[in-house]
Amino acid sequence: MSTETSASLATQETKKEGLLSKKNIQILRDPLDDTNPVTVQILGVCSALAVTVQVKPALIMALGVTVVTAFSNLIISLIRNSIPNRIRIIVQLIVVAMLVTIVDQVLKAYLFDVSKKLSVFVGLIITNCIVMGRLEAFALAQKPWPSFLDGIGNGLGYGIILVVVAFVRELLGSGSVFGIKVVPQWLYDMGYVNNGLMMLPPAALFLIGIYIWWQRSRNKNLINAS
Amino acid sequence: MQNLINILIKTIFVENVIFAFFLGMCSFLAVSKKIKTAFGLGLAVVFVMLLTTPLNYLILRYMLQEGALSWIHPSLASVDLTFLSFILFISTIAGAVQLVEMVVEKFMPGLYNSLGIFLPLITVNCSILGASLFMQEREYNFAETTAFSLGAGIGFFLAIVLLAAIRERLRYSNIPAPLQGLGIAMIITALMGLAFLSFSGIQL
Repeated sequence: MSTETSASLATQETKKEGLLSKKNIQILRDPLDDTNPVTVQILGVCSALAVTVQVKPALIMALGVTVVTAFSNLIISLIRNSIPNRIRIIVQLIVVAMLVTIVDQVLKAYLFDVSKKLSVFVGLIITNCIVMGRLEAFALAQKPWPSFLDGIGNGLGYGIILVVVAFVRELLGSGSVFGIKVVPQWLYDMGYVNNGLMMLPPAALFLIGIYIWWQRSRNKNLINAS
Repeated sequence: MQNLINILIKTIFVENVIFAFFLGMCSFLAVSKKIKTAFGLGLAVVFVMLLTTPLNYLILRYMLQEGALSWIHPSLASVDLTFLSFILFISTIAGAVQLVEMVVEKFMPGLYNSLGIFLPLITVNCSILGASLFMQEREYNFAETTAFSLGAGIGFFLAIVLLAAIRERLRYSNIPAPLQGLGIAMIITALMGLAFLSFSGIQL
């Protein structure tokens, strides 16, 4: 769990500044690529892999994680001065568990089929290391607004990986995107077959491995971060 | 009895928590650089899993499910508290881990020293909470839950020790720089997952 990279950001206190000042924009943007929670900080890999067979559940999952990360960051940051240090983990877990319960109930009420597909992985947002990692590394030492932005940024960074992996898996694995067929019939007639491997769990690991390879060969600073 | 053995073998090999569900990947990747530490973490996971999942089963069965509260008073029979399961499950796990840590420290200092920092970290290991949630979703009974949690723990143990063994050897191989560390660990896990897929041919 290498959260050091972004923990350095957390040490400096911000003075009075606009809601979307340069620094805040950076807090929002950095996790999308340079400090991506999945591929650089190695947080939240668990669920990043399991829900990526199709794009739609992946998108919903990404949305859920973004909401939970952003609001738990906000809440913890608001009460950060009144949490005793020794029991902070329990306090964090309860706040996160409460938010996840809300997300779960909303999904069950409005998107039942997706909620069935995600099965236990909605509940597992509680132990998703991104949420806890950002609380520990950022929200405990920062003001509410930057914490909120940090949560959104990290949730979206996680979402990017999820959607990229899910896009490739659904395209190659079942020839569709968002459940809509995109591979034309004449290609199948010529002998094209869907790649069954993409539907199996290991494919997600291969794709993330390749993504990390590509990201690190593009940005040499990230090499040997772990 | 045969049913229980089936569940055990199925959760260890066919539906391994790591290779089929990716639960606990964070610590799986972070703590698999040396066999010795991987062994310690794996052991701790087996232990905590075997303790918390049956405990959560009892909580679910006697406190949360619809009709579960009827042992207090018949009028409570229609109360369904399953929406509280996330909060209660994670509290049980956090509490149990704390308790285990204290007991092990007091009575088995040798084991405590070898497990070290991994014990408290287990609280946020997805595989522990995942086992409890799978238990709830699949509606196991108590014996099945115990077999399932043992299998899931051993599956994690097996996977992390295997990966650590491979990564120790990797130090001597020539990997492209951008792929070193996390990248190659991912790809190796994928290859191991493919190997484990061969178990899915087992008829149970």
